[in-house]
Order: sequence, then C-alpha cells, then structure tokens
Amino acid sequence: MLLAWTWMRASYQYPLSAAMMTVASFVVNALDIAAIWVIFAHVERLGGFSLPEVMLLYGTAGLSFGLADLLFGNVDRLSGHIRSGSFDTVLIRPVSPFVQVAVDRFSVQRFGRVLQAAVVLALAVPQLDLTASRAWMVPVMIVCGFAIFVSVFTLGAALQFLLTDAPEVANAFTYGGNQLTQYPLSIYGGELVRGVTFVLPLAFVNWQPALFVLDRDDPLGLPHWLRFASPLAALLLGLVAAAAWRAGIRRYRSTGS
Amino acid sequence: MIEVERAGRSFTHRRKAGVLRRERHVVHAVRDLTFSVAPGEFVGYLGPNGAGKSTTIKMLTGILTPTTGRVRVAGLDPSRRRTALARRIGVVFGQRTTLWWDLPLRDSFELVRHLYNVDQGDFRRRLAELEELLDLGSFLHIPVRQLSLGQRMRGDLAAALLHAPSVLVLDEPTIGLDVVSKAALRAFLRELNAERGTTVLLTTHDLGDVERLCSRVMVIDHGRLSFDGTLGDLRATAPEESSIEDVVARLYTGGG
Amino acid sequence: MPPRETVFQLYLRIALYGFRKHSTYRAAALAGAFTNTVFGILRAYVLIALWEARPGLGGYDVVDAVTFCFLSQAAIGPMQMFGGSLDLARRVRSGDVAIDLMRPASLQLWSLADDLGRAFYLLLVRSVPPTLIGAALFGLTAPQTVWRWPEFGASFALGLLTSFGWRYLIALSACWIDDDRGVQALSGVLMSFFSGMILPLTIFPGWLGAVAQATPWAAMVQVPVDVYLGTRGLWEALAFQGAWAAALLALGALATAGARRKVVIQGG
Repeated sequence: MLLAWTWMRASYQYPLSAAMMTVASFVVNALDIAAIWVIFAHVERLGGFSLPEVMLLYGTAGLSFGLADLLFGNVDRLSGHIRSGSFDTVLIRPVSPFVQVAVDRFSVQRFGRVLQAAVVLALAVPQLDLTASRAWMVPVMIVCGFAIFVSVFTLGAALQFLLTDAPEVANAFTYGGNQLTQYPLSIYGGELVRGVTFVLPLAFVNWQPALFVLDRDDPLGLPHWLRFASPLAALLLGLVAAAAWRAGIRRYRSTGS
Repeated sequence: MIEVERAGRSFTHRRKAGVLRRERHVVHAVRDLTFSVAPGEFVGYLGPNGAGKSTTIKMLTGILTPTTGRVRVAGLDPSRRRTALARRIGVVFGQRTTLWWDLPLRDSFELVRHLYNVDQGDFRRRLAELEELLDLGSFLHIPVRQLSLGQRMRGDLAAALLHAPSVLVLDEPTIGLDVVSKAALRAFLRELNAERGTTVLLTTHDLGDVERLCSRVMVIDHGRLSFDGTLGDLRATAPEESSIEDVVARLYTGGG
Repeated sequence: MPPRETVFQLYLRIALYGFRKHSTYRAAALAGAFTNTVFGILRAYVLIALWEARPGLGGYDVVDAVTFCFLSQAAIGPMQMFGGSLDLARRVRSGDVAIDLMRPASLQLWSLADDLGRAFYLLLVRSVPPTLIGAALFGLTAPQTVWRWPEFGASFALGLLTSFGWRYLIALSACWIDDDRGVQALSGVLMSFFSGMILPLTIFPGWLGAVAQATPWAAMVQVPVDVYLGTRGLWEALAFQGAWAAALLALGALATAGARRKVVIQGG
C-alpha cells in the first residue's frame, strides 16, 4: 500500500503530464463505448442482444478488468524487470515478489477505466428491469470476473519467465480477454466460445452469469448449471495461476553479473 | 552462519545449430562448492570474472535455486524460505542499486522500513546511527538518481542495514569509488564487523579491500574453490611474490 | 555539402541499419504478430455481427469489412498505430538528442530513414502473417486488378510517411514538455480512433464521420484500405495523403530548427 502511495506521489512530480494521462485513460475507455454506440446507431441488436444488455456485459467486464488492471496490471512489466536485472532486488526483499512487481510504478490513471465501466453499468442496470432474484448475480460476477482477470494477469506474468523477450504475448490474453468479454459471446464462432468456456474460462467473467441475470438461453446450448460456475472457474484458474507463478520463480535465471 | 555443501548451479542454453536444429549446451557456473562461514567472520570471496562469484551470491540470497547440493544461510534454505531469510540478511550490489531511483534517499529508507516491518523506534535509532557513521545527512533529501556513486553506495549500505541483519552480503561494494569513499566505506565495515559481530561476505576485485578487511579469503575458479584460508596462508602460496596482486594473479592463472 | 549520391547512400544505410536493429527483436515482433492476430479475429467477429445485421453498411460488404479489419491490424506494427514512440523521444528525454543535432546530417531525414527500416521489417514479420491467417480463417477480398497492388503500395507508403511525420512531432514535443508520456498517450488515442483502427470511419455518424475523415490519422489506415478495396478514387486519395504528409513533415522541419535553437542557446 505504502509503495503504491509513494509511486503516486512520484508520478505527480509532473502534474501536467499526469493530468493528460488521466484524460487519455478516460478518453481511451470512452472510445470503447463510443464504438459500441456507433454500432448501435446502425443496428437494434448485436448477436441477439440489445444496447442495455451489451452495456451490462461491457460494464461488468470493464469493472472486473479495470480493477484487476489497476491493482495487478503492472505485473506485465515483469520481463522488463528481468531484463534490467532489477528483479534480483525484488527477490532479496521480505515481501512477495508478486506484490512488489504489482505496485512498482503504481499509477492512478488506470482508475479512469474502472470509473468509466462503473458509469456504463450504472446506466445499463435501470434500463433492464432486473428483479432482485436475478440481480444478486451482478456483484458476484464482478468479483469472480476480477479474480479471473487477476489470474490471467498472473499467468501472463508467469509466461514472461519463459518468454522474456516477448512480453506482448500476454497482452493477447489480458487485453484480448477484456475485448472479448465486452461483447456478447454469441457473435463469436462456436469453437472460440467453447475454448473460452472450457480452456481459458473467460466466459465466466460475465457471459455465463449474465445469461442468468438476463434470463436468456445459451445460444450454444451449453448446460444450464454453467451459469452458476463462475466461482468455481475463478478458483480453479487461480490455483493454476499461482502454481505457474511459483514454477516461474523457481525457473528464474538471473541475468549478467 | 553460512553453510554450502556440494552446491552447484548450471544453466542450459539453446543455440542454433542449423535451420531448425537447436543444440543444448550446459554451462556450469558453479560446480561442487563446499564451505562454511562462522558467525562474526569477515570473508573475502575472490575469483576472476566469470568464475561463479555472482552465481554463488545469488544462491546464498535466494535469487537462484541451486541445481545440486545444499545451501543454508542463518539456518534457512534460501530458495525455499526466501522471504524469511530476507529479514535476516542484508545484500548490497555494487553495480545495481536497491533504492528507488526517483525518490529522495529518506523516502527510500521509509519504504525499506515498511517492507521489512522495522519498528519505528528501532528505525529512528539505527538511521541516526547510520546517518552519523556513513555521513548521510547532507544528501538524505536528494533523489537517488542525482547522488554520486559514493553517496549512493553509502545509501545502499544503510538501506541494507536498517533491519539489523546478522549477515551482510556485499557484491563488489567498492567498484568505481574514489580513494576517500573507499576508505570511509572500509572503516565503516570494519567497525560493523568488530562491534556488532555482523558476519560479512564480500566479493571484490580490489585486493585493498581484502588486505584491510578480511580475516579469511576464499578463491573460486571455474566453479570450484581453489583456495580457502587466512591472508597469511594466501601470501604463503607464493612467497617469492612481493605484492598481493601478483599472488592472486598466480592463483587465477593456475600458477599457484 | 557531400555529393548527392553519398547523401542518398547514407540514408539508405541508416534505413538498412534500422531494419537490422529491429530484426534482433524478432521474438518481440513475433509476439506482436500473435497479439495482432488475436485482436484481428476478435474484431472481425464484431464486424461480421454488425454487417450481417446491416449488409452494405458504409459501402462495404461483410467480406470487405473483415478485410478492413485485418488490413488495419497489419498497419499497427509499421505505422505504430497505438502511438508507439520513435526512439528519438527517449533520446530527447535523456538529452542525447544534442549529439544527434550536432551531426552534419538532417535529424528528420535520419529518423525517417531509421523508422522506414523498422517499418519494413515489421511489415514482413508483424503485418503479413496476421493478414494471411485472417485470409485463411475468414477469406478476404482479393484486389480487383493487378494494378491494385502498386496503388495500395503507394497509398500505404504515404500512410507510413504521414505516421512518421506525426510521431516525429510528438517525439520532439519532449523538448518543450518535461514529461511527454501524457502527450504520447493522447497521441495513441487520436491515432487509434480517428484512423479507423477501432471501426471504419465510413460508418461514423454525421459530423463525427466528416471530421474523422479529414484528419491526418485517416490518411494512415482508412485511406490506404479504401484504395485496396477500390472504394475511393486513387488520385483523390493520394493527393489527400500527400498533402498531410507534406504538411506534417514541414512542421517537423520547423520543430527541428526550434529544437536546435533551444539546444544551442540553453544547452539542452
């Protein structure tokens, strides 16, 4: 916590730049939703889902991802630490390396994404007339989605122990996962959806639980109980990610002198 | 305090040996290393470039897991109990700072205090002591990136000692320092070892460090210890040589 | 002033070194190709869903839309569509730019040659594979005539020049702004949204579409892809891109002169 605070202070040494970065972060994320707005200027439904329904998916995915990114998104800098040798320094301190890498150069700008997703979600929910018997799933899915994205970030970081020169591979899964879950999975091909259901369980970030919230049939006809399986998926992925991270540390080969 | 038993560390490299074929190529940075260091000893750890000094240090501090053998520092297995060990040892890399580049030295110390959970009272007392001994007062408020090398090294050393470790591991601490900074650093280390009984292991290429500080010298070559004894024993390996540099040079080139 | 051939050879050599320098980051380029492919596939599905609901939207059919998606993904590497900065920005921040400005060669042409070398390498490694994978998975529009290839090539090259002209200005801005990361981030937003990277500009509604189509960022992705698809007049397209490229490069020359004056007077 204190490390994070110190980084915030350091970044405000240049207030103009920090302000512009926060604006940029707001705008970047506003552009995502602008794209959805442009799409719905042309169609009533996308993949069988209305604008408020897509906004629910967008908002929950954005909130889960945004929180994970805010707190742990920095772990994608691991390869940089490994190449520069500063990961050695991290390892000689009595705090979990994962936490240390996550808070290093912590930046509040990422909060822009969380806020923007929260606004979208707040706009979407009143338009959907949800009953309490279904709406309770919304906070559950945000928490589970958060846990899943944290695991994905961790897996991406663990991958960087292997692919130190190619950290961008992890982006395909982290940022790619966010892009994927912003839209109803019904627009994607069947194989892709099965892949993100049973292999890398991104479908449990919001899609499966949202089918319950919106009381919709699964376009692929997957079993009904899957829509309650988000906590299980989050737990399993979390265990895999933790094991991968530990394996990565043991495999770590310090560079140079 | 430090026990190393038949420890070894090898690295596997893959290199191209054709269009698709990759050859596996094993490098033994350290092979079959055995030694132990008793509490309160001040040991100089020498060896030519690439002999395995840094690899040893990294195994002792838990950064690298040994591929063979056993390592114990302060009673702990470094790679398994890395975080517990971190509270008992202090580490300084001469070529790399563990301080925060953009922060004033004082803030870096404050972060270290939180990282290591040092009690506020102990922290104040030790910082005051270190401030005096290492003469930090004049640059505590300056960001680390603006410090001179000598100042930075003193800052790094203070940061490594704030949690009062019982073992101090120094990897080339005097590299690049001018004669005055070197002398100050040596005086401080000697006192630390004599007064507090802190165990010190130091690697260096500067034999002045060894002559003035170390009660014992170990030399590593090709991943194995080639010498272990007192400074006097070291000189005795080549009595006809007058300077310690020449004695060590003979040892490195295999003449000793 | 050295003879013309030597000057040309110098910049050719710089371009060659730029190419070679980047070829040492092959793993990173391949990782970029992988990520571009994944995002290409995800974006393609969104566009397919949209065009299936509204065939013919923006003057494209569904295959054109998917083609648009993969060609715009292909532009990311060479044109650095997310605002990836020139190496120059780092040299400005560290003050090393003073050394560059003292060289008896134009800083702007030097950077351009280096950047074109980089772009050409990334074109091969980061642009071609995702496009081929897209073609294999979804089927892309083939050019209507053989002449389309050189036309697209010319338009893409002008897009590269425009992209360089823009990024050069952003990099030099660090001479006047303490910390240019904010400018970089904002530049990334503008480049990605108004170039057609997120959605084709032809489907932007009303005034937003009109504004977007007139920007230099449109000259980087939207216009070259339209030339490829044959949905825009060739000469009009090239004239538009040429005008923006010339304007940005001229501004860049002015900024270079300003930077040199600043370094000479204030010593960095």
